[in-house]
Amino acid sequence: MPKLERNALGLTRMDYEGGMSTLCAGCGHDSITAAVVQAFFELALPPHRAVKLSGIGCSSKTTAYFVSQAHGFNGVHGRMPAVASGANAANRELTYIGISGDGDSLSIGLGQLCHAIRRNVNMLYVLENNGVYGLTKGQFSASTDVGSKSKKGEANEVGPIDPVAMALVLGATFVARSFSGDKEQLVPILKAGIRHRGFAFIDVLSPCVMFNNHEGSTKSYTFIRKSKNEVVGTGFVPIQAEISTQYEPGVVRPVTMHDGTTLYLRKVDASYDPTDRGVAYSYLKERQDRGEIATGLLYIQEDSADLHVREKTVATPLRDLPFESLCPGSAALEELMDEYL
Amino acid sequence: MTGMDEGGDLPTESRVNDFAFKVATVNGTGSASANGLILKVICRMGIPVSGKNVFPSNIQGLPTWYELRVSREGHLARTPCFDLIVAMNPSTYAKDVAEVQPGGWILYDDSWPLSKTLIRPDVTYLGVPLARLCVEKFTGARERVLMKNIAYAGVLVALLGLDMQIVRDLLEETFSRKKELLESNYVAVALGYDYARAHLDCPLAIRLERMAPDGRYVLMDGNTAAALGCVYAGATVGAWYPITPATSLMDNFTILCQRFRTDPDGTRRFSILQAEDELAAAGMVVGAGWMGARAFTPTSGPGLDLMSEFIGLAYYTEVPCVFFDVQRTGPSTGMPTRTQQGDLLSVAYASHGDTKHIALFPADPEECFHLTVAAFDLAECFQTPVFVVSDLDIGLNDWRTPRLRWDDGYRWDRGKVLGEPELAELESFSRYLDVDGDGIAARTLPGVSAKGAYFVRGSGHDKHGDYTEDEEGYQEVIDRLVRKFETARSALPAPVIERREGAVALLVCLGSSDGACREAIDLLAARGLAMDLLRVRAFPFSRDVDVLLAEHDTVFVVDQNRDGQLRTLLVNETSVEKAKLRSVRHYSGTPICALHVLKEVLPALESHADGVAAASRSTRPGELPRLRA
Repeated sequence: MPKLERNALGLTRMDYEGGMSTLCAGCGHDSITAAVVQAFFELALPPHRAVKLSGIGCSSKTTAYFVSQAHGFNGVHGRMPAVASGANAANRELTYIGISGDGDSLSIGLGQLCHAIRRNVNMLYVLENNGVYGLTKGQFSASTDVGSKSKKGEANEVGPIDPVAMALVLGATFVARSFSGDKEQLVPILKAGIRHRGFAFIDVLSPCVMFNNHEGSTKSYTFIRKSKNEVVGTGFVPIQAEISTQYEPGVVRPVTMHDGTTLYLRKVDASYDPTDRGVAYSYLKERQDRGEIATGLLYIQEDSADLHVREKTVATPLRDLPFESLCPGSAALEELMDEYL
Repeated sequence: MTGMDEGGDLPTESRVNDFAFKVATVNGTGSASANGLILKVICRMGIPVSGKNVFPSNIQGLPTWYELRVSREGHLARTPCFDLIVAMNPSTYAKDVAEVQPGGWILYDDSWPLSKTLIRPDVTYLGVPLARLCVEKFTGARERVLMKNIAYAGVLVALLGLDMQIVRDLLEETFSRKKELLESNYVAVALGYDYARAHLDCPLAIRLERMAPDGRYVLMDGNTAAALGCVYAGATVGAWYPITPATSLMDNFTILCQRFRTDPDGTRRFSILQAEDELAAAGMVVGAGWMGARAFTPTSGPGLDLMSEFIGLAYYTEVPCVFFDVQRTGPSTGMPTRTQQGDLLSVAYASHGDTKHIALFPADPEECFHLTVAAFDLAECFQTPVFVVSDLDIGLNDWRTPRLRWDDGYRWDRGKVLGEPELAELESFSRYLDVDGDGIAARTLPGVSAKGAYFVRGSGHDKHGDYTEDEEGYQEVIDRLVRKFETARSALPAPVIERREGAVALLVCLGSSDGACREAIDLLAARGLAMDLLRVRAFPFSRDVDVLLAEHDTVFVVDQNRDGQLRTLLVNETSVEKAKLRSVRHYSGTPICALHVLKEVLPALESHADGVAAASRSTRPGELPRLRA
């Protein structure tokens, strides 16, 4: 039997796995789960010091499918950022990862996502973006492109929200886009996002095998699976030496989705400056105008103040503070009462 | 009986320390400080006093009133019977003049003549040219407006006999760092005082006399007291969205934490999250509570509606958290600056599916403090959302409150939390397993131990915390939650029960109805009609509530809402016969008064007690006493 690879903690990849996925066979989300497992393994994070949170939807189920020894919270639809904010406020020491979907993040929970970005909560936020409501069987979502067709053949006429552009405008301190089929690109970005101090936002395009799968699209899916190694990744992960990527600069790769539409995944080129928000935004727009989708780590600001730095919270997690350090006692109350006379 | 005037309409005898008056002004003109000053002076004179702010949902320019009641006997509920009206707002003259009791007084600014249509033959008009005096004395429009308020306070010092030394002391305390403001205030007070002494018959028949100095009391509003409770209970995470009348709870928590929980270098032992809405605020306290911090959110009815889904999640996943509902007048936006007890049913059964919640009902600021501390212990012991339900009257008005005291022997009760050593002794950890038979399963905190790790899910789960759609697995957990609720029933603050000899009926109330109910019972007692009082302080109801309801044939349930929500809860949650519960309801937006309770109760009681109490009655059956204050 071949010896299993072990990380710095002496743990194997299996120690970072979770329950068996109940998603449809071949779901893009499962690939993201595998990438998350890999990222946690490579970073050698103590499993029980990780906290995984999610809302409602197919994507949100996946927190049960990785790092089973991490504490998990599957809350209400679209409101994971609030739970994460409160948990993080109470304990700044743990590693927080939130998993959400396009319905969860861009419709019912759009406000929550925006404000978690503003608050710069120290967490990794993964938006598993399949452009469709899977669990309720195929309605258009807020990220469905105009002209994209549902399984029933209707064309979507309402313009989409681009979560990456939105995150940039809202002042997110870490903004990336990747593809579920591109583990080479995704794993380093996840690792970078976990390491980022502040709100790390990753939009991951993740094909839905069931409801973006009209006539002929099964092949399209197979095509993506087959060609995922060819999809270019990003090299802009400057914060950890251990994070490496394999890519060739400046390549545009068309990828056919289940519904037959084609995505152009573009690796950011060598001249790109990921620390300039303005550059990131115009680059994104420029590619979008050409019908391409820029992927990679598009923007990063490492010197930002997260929730706790900004609020000057004590280093000890609030939930661990002893009662004596919180209750002012009878003498202080007695003194205070004189002020209300 | 104090406050009863059996003679004519005109109060001929002097009424010391037993009357009510009201100041009518325009909001945003600084009258709040003048009114607060008057309230404090009376309180420092040792006289029981209450002040009720009747204000608009507006920042500047609309009518606002401040109602003060003094009662040497300590009846401080709102009264609608005003002996004196300080009419400083011409736009409400007509309404204000109409409201004063026959034989009462109207103090107005006679810089301009009063319209003849406002003249009533049965009241005395006291004119003071406040605007003219202030224009002569002060410069600048702003100062003239502000000082006019202090000047009417000066007039009241002369008319009612407020202690001038205390007025000066208070001004000095307030403006110790703003000498020029102190000087203007002195001048303005003297302006009103001197004019009144020279031109009016001072003091009036309604007047104040110092009572034994009583250092046992302070003036405090319920939101401040609740915020103090949060600090003393060790709450570290507060999440909120601004809403009247709950906002000042978080404002006060912030101020108190800056004082008591901030190190010299600015390091804070608390976190306050101003959320994007109440949905998020609820989610934040659920997240923080799950993580093991004591967390709370203050809100009011509309916010509670938005929190509903998270409340259900916290109930089902058993996460401790504390919600404050400072009730206001609904439905919808309703009257945000008026009071009501309109959320009782919403709170008791908040969220979809089978849910019911622990709720505590403070009657005054002192209880806001102590029940808040209790709420955090209960939330952690029973691993569930706990609601502290007060209202605008309690939350925003200054109440004469016994000095709050703290027992340094108190330690928080974190409930059943398994740490690493406890987990080590277990073969395995099951989150929702009832080991002790009390319906309460032990929890673990995230990040402590891999063995204690579990997955919190709002979806169906079994006793191990695993996902389930299995009939028995689901039902077992839901049924245990009922057992937990039953365990909580006897651990909650006991109801207040006051029995009277020969009681012919029972009066049931909660929260801020307390004062009016007690006063009504006293008024009835003076007429030979004895009534027992039951004030519930918690939901689920104590078994004592059942016992008391069963003991009485005639029961009146007092509600400050249209539909009798407390009555509905009693019908639903006790074995009482529905028809036995008569409803006394007040829901106009003002705090309930004793007269209202009396009006509803008296006819029924007198027909019931006819023959029993007839001999001792001092007035004819059915005739309502005139309540002065």
